[in-house]
Amino acid sequence: MKDTLMRYVVKLVRQALVASIWLSFLTLPIMVIRVDTIEQTVTWRWMHLAYMAVGSFVLALAWYAMMDRRDRGQAKKDLETVERVSALSQFLSDPRFAKPLMAFGFLVAAAFPWFFSLYQTNILVSAMIYVVLGLGLNITVGLAGLLDLGYVAFYAVGAYTYALLNHHFHLGFWAVLPLGAVLGAFFGILLGFPVLRLRGDYLAIVTLGFGQIIRLVLENWGDFSYGPSGISNIDRPGLFGINYSVEQATTYIYYIMLALVILTIFVTARLKDSRIGRAWLALREDEIACQAMGIDNTRAKLMAFALGATLAGLMGVVFAAKTTFINPASFTFMESAMILAIVVLGGMGSVLGVILGAFMLMLLPEYLRAFSEYRMLIFGATMVLIMVFRPEGLVRAKRKVYKINVEAAG
Amino acid sequence: MKAKWFVTVLAVALAGMLAVGCGEKKEEKKAEAPKQEAPAAAKKLVLGVAGAQSGDLASYGLPSVNAAKLVAKEWNAKGGVNGMMVEVLPMDDQCKPELATNAATKLVSEKVSLVIGHICSGATKAALPIYKDAKVVVMSPSATSTELTQSGSYPNFFRTISYDLIQGNAAANFATGVLKVKKIAVIHDKGDYGKGFAESGQKSIEEGKLAKVVMFEGITPGGVDYSAVIQKIKASGADCVLFGGYYPEASKIVVQMHKKGLKIAFITDDGVKDDTFIKLAGVDAEGVYATGPQILADNEVFKKAAAEHEKEFGSAPGSFFAQGYAAAQTLLNAVAKAGSTDYDKVVAALRSEYVETPVGKIKFDAKGDAEGVSFSVYQVKDGKYVLVK
Amino acid sequence: MEYFLQLFLGGLSRGSVYALIALGYTMVYGIIELINFAHGEIYMIGAFMGLIVAGVLTSLGWPALSILAIALIVAVLYSAAYGYTVEKIAYKPLRSAPRLAPLISAIGMSILLQNYIMLTQTPDFLPFPRLIPELAFMDRFSNYLGTSDMFIIVTSLVVMIALTLFIKFTRMGKAMRATAQNRKMAMLVGVNVDQVISVTFIIGSSLAAVGGVLIGAHVGQINFAIGFLAGIKAFTAAVLGGIGSIPGAMLGGLVLGWTESFATGYISSDYEDVFAFLLLVVILIFRPAGLLGKQRAQKV
Repeated sequence: MKDTLMRYVVKLVRQALVASIWLSFLTLPIMVIRVDTIEQTVTWRWMHLAYMAVGSFVLALAWYAMMDRRDRGQAKKDLETVERVSALSQFLSDPRFAKPLMAFGFLVAAAFPWFFSLYQTNILVSAMIYVVLGLGLNITVGLAGLLDLGYVAFYAVGAYTYALLNHHFHLGFWAVLPLGAVLGAFFGILLGFPVLRLRGDYLAIVTLGFGQIIRLVLENWGDFSYGPSGISNIDRPGLFGINYSVEQATTYIYYIMLALVILTIFVTARLKDSRIGRAWLALREDEIACQAMGIDNTRAKLMAFALGATLAGLMGVVFAAKTTFINPASFTFMESAMILAIVVLGGMGSVLGVILGAFMLMLLPEYLRAFSEYRMLIFGATMVLIMVFRPEGLVRAKRKVYKINVEAAG
Repeated sequence: MKAKWFVTVLAVALAGMLAVGCGEKKEEKKAEAPKQEAPAAAKKLVLGVAGAQSGDLASYGLPSVNAAKLVAKEWNAKGGVNGMMVEVLPMDDQCKPELATNAATKLVSEKVSLVIGHICSGATKAALPIYKDAKVVVMSPSATSTELTQSGSYPNFFRTISYDLIQGNAAANFATGVLKVKKIAVIHDKGDYGKGFAESGQKSIEEGKLAKVVMFEGITPGGVDYSAVIQKIKASGADCVLFGGYYPEASKIVVQMHKKGLKIAFITDDGVKDDTFIKLAGVDAEGVYATGPQILADNEVFKKAAAEHEKEFGSAPGSFFAQGYAAAQTLLNAVAKAGSTDYDKVVAALRSEYVETPVGKIKFDAKGDAEGVSFSVYQVKDGKYVLVK
Repeated sequence: MEYFLQLFLGGLSRGSVYALIALGYTMVYGIIELINFAHGEIYMIGAFMGLIVAGVLTSLGWPALSILAIALIVAVLYSAAYGYTVEKIAYKPLRSAPRLAPLISAIGMSILLQNYIMLTQTPDFLPFPRLIPELAFMDRFSNYLGTSDMFIIVTSLVVMIALTLFIKFTRMGKAMRATAQNRKMAMLVGVNVDQVISVTFIIGSSLAAVGGVLIGAHVGQINFAIGFLAGIKAFTAAVLGGIGSIPGAMLGGLVLGWTESFATGYISSDYEDVFAFLLLVVILIFRPAGLLGKQRAQKV
């Protein structure tokens, strides 16, 4: 026993050593040399190599150990025919426990702004916006399997709807909120029509193009959208004409968002098990079989685009009201990629997963602020690591199991 | 099993993070309480520096952080500001409005009362209402949108750079008055800064009626090839190009213009009046005009600051370093003169006390723009920006 | 007419730049069906390697042409090593994972590599030495095309032809095609799929490095963020031409370049990208598998 452990450790160390040497070699020129091509001077920074060697050795050790665990887990899973249900998930799905747990969670969420600082509340509002965006994209990508890389366009539509209407006609937040949703849906269908025939990555690039077109138009059509300088002084949501301070307004938006998040969770959870939800799942698995089953593919696809876009439009309005300033820089392709990462990282199709994913991807960079310039480096590495070690996402989506009681029927 | 285990750990970690955030806040509250009783007793003065510190615009934001660090070091070596040690707190916003509001609320929650930033006008506009509410003095080294100061809606905002309107006018007047060109092609980089400059330049030219704007177009930043737009300038018969934007695009355009045999006057803005531009464009930079604050190159304070930067960070300072340095200097000086970080006193000191900075001897006017920054036109001669007399 | 010709040749040069990056992109893409967002970053690393080698050699006083050659070789070797490593870390463990998982890990890798270069080198723009010598006989065409434009056009053409031949006639190429068609079947008939994918990444990354050094020298400046935009353009060009089709990537790049050039010349450069993407949408609506892609019938 002791012997095998020793052998295992030796193997790990050897692997890590090789990896560390390779990585040190790989990063050598970039880590060590810095050139100034004008002054023609070269700076050598050999200390960096030492850091890299030690750092990569430790990381490689952890990597191989985790890889081993993962592969063993995978092998075990392959042997089992029945999917194991862990105690925790059983516990979570049992209504006796789940309901009080949810109630507790709600209470914590409701009390949050009273105990935490403005900053905490503020970033939580951002995170909640992304929860809803994630859930919206989850409909298109996670349920219906349509890869949308231009989702942020609908978000922009919502945000500009509120910003422009507020700027020109002083329309309030509550009046524009449904309007933003409707316009979002309209643009969703607008995009949906031409891409009905496309599949997979061709669909992805067209949606990407659509997202870029919307942003470029906002950037260049200055008379309409005020171009890159954006629209400032957008009103925060009001209630019977009371003026709030920033802190109060943030708390107010926090509760609005909390309500919207709960509503969205409820709606998407119900949608998933509904007729159209099952149609989407069928569409995702196999388009042709789905059609053969008598499902109207066109309608199902358009519905998926429209519903996803509706939520994005809704969130755009909240976003504009929250930041009080918008410009096209907030709606880049990277934003779409982040929302997609939320969905995939959290677990495609899983509501809980998307929520976790959104919190993780939005809050992680904020809490990593302590690392200042290394922040995004760690963030990128985390994304890779999560995907490698949990390729299905943080929470694996569960399909609803319909139990038929044979004896009773017979 | 492992799956659920992972999620649990994650949830606990998130909860832990929240708890830490909460804990921090409580500590601060504790720390804040005795503040009123014993002012300035071995305390620290936190100087927030917000702006793009990662992402593709990081090169415009990081130099200000370095500048703030250098100024802080200088004060600390002298025993701090009123006995308070200066600490620099960088806050990244990637020039995105939503991240700017996060950065701003973070700084406000940490009770920071002085902020250098933000870098981009858009991010600044998004963050300012939060600072205004919390009475934080904000000074940007690089946000040039005219309305930030001229609209009068942000009394807590100052800047050490002059704004689009002045720059655009200066460039346009130089083109029509000194160079006496007749047909001007106005090009910008579609960005907040570049387009703002280009639009005020265009307006000024059209109002002056001495020259005609034959072309007004935006180019895509980050492009590899601008030959199409250059051929278009050529076809328009322009005898001068007015460019609004930053040095990477400016250098590409100048180089490609010369390659295509188009050698007409090139007038541009403060974002190009940077030594990196000359490095990037090489010999093609010769003869390019750029507007900018006057005494920059032969300013003693700047020379000293640049030397310090070389010593401390091992490289030459980057964009908006001088402006960031000036912002840090004036803010800390104002606190020293005011005797506390009290908002009204600091603002009053900023408006009344002249400070020797890399951008000149400056104080601020009622709207928040720097006084004493005289604006002039420079031309690249023998690899250096030289003042055009 | 002269104006048209200028725009045409400008578009050709621009399109070749896109094509040069898209060629490597489409290879990886065709074989493992992964939108490799990190490809742009490998291109950027190639450019940085070229810059570093050029910087060191210039300070030692080497002649310009040998610097270009050595910079290219070193950049290719290192970028290939980077591509290989990235594949081993971020994609290989995800072979059997759901389709979108590698996409996200590619985005993570792209963020990681960008910040790695930003932190270890500089966030600023760096001037790239003009490694491509100006040829005297090109002077009279300078109004249309420069030497470096010619260099890039020729390189991308050569690379396209070489790649096509490689894939068509070598054993490895055959294995690649097999892997692209059906990975499991290829495995069954004895293709070492892991090796094929590694080689694909190595070739793709080498091409990215060639692009990085040449385009760096052509444009004259680089920084850590250039890979992202290049990656998007290359992706667009690759899809426009038809995924996995080598001549398609070339054609896609050129069409993209021409569209942008003519849109700028005859309409406005404000909307050049809008026209490029509109064209993409229109082409894909009428030819859903790209210009040269095979229109596969759906299995029933």
